[in-house]
Amino acid sequence: MGRIIVEVMPKPELLDPQGKAVAGALPRLGFDQFTAVRQGKLFELTVAGDVTEADLDAAGQAAGTLLSNPIIEDVIRVVEAEQR
Amino acid sequence: MTGARVGIVTFPGSLDDRDAARAVRLSGGDAVPLWHGEADLKGVDAIILPGGFSYGDYLRAGAIARFAPVMDRVVDAARGGMPVLGICNGFQVLCESHLLPGALIRNDHQLFICRDQQLRVENTDTAWTNAFTPGQVITVPLKNGEGGFIAADATLDALEAEGRVVFRYVGGNPNGSARDIAGITNEAGNVVGLMPHPEHAVEAGYGPDGPLGPRTGTDGAEFFVSVLRRVLSAA
Repeated sequence: MGRIIVEVMPKPELLDPQGKAVAGALPRLGFDQFTAVRQGKLFELTVAGDVTEADLDAAGQAAGTLLSNPIIEDVIRVVEAEQR
Repeated sequence: MTGARVGIVTFPGSLDDRDAARAVRLSGGDAVPLWHGEADLKGVDAIILPGGFSYGDYLRAGAIARFAPVMDRVVDAARGGMPVLGICNGFQVLCESHLLPGALIRNDHQLFICRDQQLRVENTDTAWTNAFTPGQVITVPLKNGEGGFIAADATLDALEAEGRVVFRYVGGNPNGSARDIAGITNEAGNVVGLMPHPEHAVEAGYGPDGPLGPRTGTDGAEFFVSVLRRVLSAA
């Protein structure tokens, strides 16, 4: 079984309230060196055999249609996952 | 105004489908239940995508509902001119479907908000607002966690220039929406989406507080009167 990783992040110019909430909580635990947090999404897409170029193309299309909304999010990368 | 059939789509996680059906009935129309899994519009004259949390808001609000079997038919019907209203989660579905521009993101203050909300009606030519007077200020309930309307500046400029901002928040922006926008329409004026809930302000005794006393507000009823009027005048 092969796996493909798709990473999606909110666009940099957009307010990211979830990331902001996390950023606000970190100093309460003593982590005061982080000046900002942005929170995105990571998808693992599994295929039956080895990952092919066609699988990667399909994953890229899925990333651009269902997995992200191009108005508010960017697809950061679509890559084959390393073997565990 | 009998004979107008208004379909209300139920997705897994829809909450306000029955309230929307009640609003249609109180206004004199026939409410027709539509099911997300059936690609069948059952001969309706207009469609409401109700509020709630379709598919648990997983992935993004409205993102999975947009690909439900019924939505292909809804998108085709909307492009063909059928009146379609998206309320709250329904607005999010319309944006994810690209029937309306922009997107809804988490409220800027990060909190769920629930209150009676004043809106100014800025476009009274749409299928869903023709019973209002231009500039009329109405009060309907608002309840959302992801109600911040955003779009590219060029898109916002175009919406304003073309008169497609249908509703603007009055008395404070509750969720960080760009330019206080509460609801918009498409080029043709048949598709309207808004975050607040007109279907909860249609019957005295159960609505927001109004000038006549607590819970007397029925401003939302005009949405449903508008669409019945539009459907019957087109028939």
